[in-house]
Amino acid sequence: MKNSNSLLIVLIGLSGCAILAALFFAFLYAPTEISMGDVQRIFYFHVPSAWSAFLAFFIVCIASIIFLINGSAKMDTLAVCAAEIGVLFITIVLLTGPLWAKPVWGTFWTWDARLTTSFVLWLIYIAYLMLRRQIPSEEKAARLSAVFGIIGFLDVPIVYMSIRWWRTLHPQPVFAGGSGSGLDPRMLTTLFVCIGAFTLLFVTLLILRTGITYAEKELALLKSKLYKG
Amino acid sequence: MEILSQIFAIIRKDLLMELRDKQVISSMLVFSLIVVVIFNFVFEPGDSQTKLTIPGVLWVLIIFAGNLGLARSFGREREQGGIQGLILCPIDKSYIYIAKVIVNIFFMMLVEAITLPIFWVLFDMSPDINFPALLLVLFLGTTGFAAVGTIFSAISAHTKSSEVMLPILLFPVSVPVVLAASKSTAKILAGSSLGEISGWIKMLIGFDAVFLIACFLLYEYVFEE
Repeated sequence: MKNSNSLLIVLIGLSGCAILAALFFAFLYAPTEISMGDVQRIFYFHVPSAWSAFLAFFIVCIASIIFLINGSAKMDTLAVCAAEIGVLFITIVLLTGPLWAKPVWGTFWTWDARLTTSFVLWLIYIAYLMLRRQIPSEEKAARLSAVFGIIGFLDVPIVYMSIRWWRTLHPQPVFAGGSGSGLDPRMLTTLFVCIGAFTLLFVTLLILRTGITYAEKELALLKSKLYKG
Repeated sequence: MEILSQIFAIIRKDLLMELRDKQVISSMLVFSLIVVVIFNFVFEPGDSQTKLTIPGVLWVLIIFAGNLGLARSFGREREQGGIQGLILCPIDKSYIYIAKVIVNIFFMMLVEAITLPIFWVLFDMSPDINFPALLLVLFLGTTGFAAVGTIFSAISAHTKSSEVMLPILLFPVSVPVVLAASKSTAKILAGSSLGEISGWIKMLIGFDAVFLIACFLLYEYVFEE
């Protein structure tokens, strides 16, 4: 117990430093974009948040599959905690996007493929969290929300494809090659530093949140023992 | 062969129940007609703008009415204890899913078959369209919606407020179906041939296939008691 606590403190310290480094890179190191100006710097928080959210939802899906196979309570806890943090990050994506879009596109919101997909994702995982609270039996809640978690994740690429065919305005990925892509190397470094920092932050939050859930379960167990005894 | 007769037995049970109380069909049908009337107040029939919104209205109507029917699909089983009977059935639980999907598709298509002509007359739509293509889109869209809807109906039947939970679970996940189906319906109503909407048709088939298989595999976990 003590060992894991000190490990956690190290992890919290590390992710704190990483976020500070990310701030330094995003605001001081990265050059200002020519046409968009300083507002482009939102990019360094927007993209890493989106990455962390997708990572979280991927973990929800994988943990749900493992839970259905072997019924491990740990996997169930991991799935719920990842879903909560994923919703947090996708909310950040949905808030930072419009802030950038208003000066650059002239509108806060368009029903573009990536925007709509993020919004639908947000709705799916809010539904996932609601579902858990709606089922009285804990075992049943775990099983049914695992099924929903898998179906929800399977839906992500299909939602994306369908809306992409419909219409798209979102900038194409700027760092994965293809024509018209390309970032200043300093911007690219900044982006990777930020993605690294956000991933570390995500992992720390996930470990903290699962720890709290375990503590809650232990507390409930002790309470029930106390009342019975 | 045995599998088929097992599936058929559950389908027969659901159809018999429906034949006796007519809850699902009547509620879906009355609801659809009310929606048509309300939309009639919102949009001016015959207006060129209305023509553009009709496919969307049609699919909103289908998924809302479908949601009502799907909610009854398991709600009824729970109220009357039929769910215990189904669990005790000596058959693979996934076949219950197949049977339920078929029944739900059948109910939804039946309601569509009655509502669509009324819709046609009330909104003064052109009769000169590719009818088989429209049927295909209706069938594929309904199948996709029922594929996820059936498993979510079973999930939400376990929740404290299942009437609220079903649409919250179902509507975000069925976004691709509604989008693909309403876009291809719009194209068909505008006189396009099947070839012009092949992209959307493929998308619908893809969605149907992915979720029929996934839900078939996952269903046994929903049905454990």
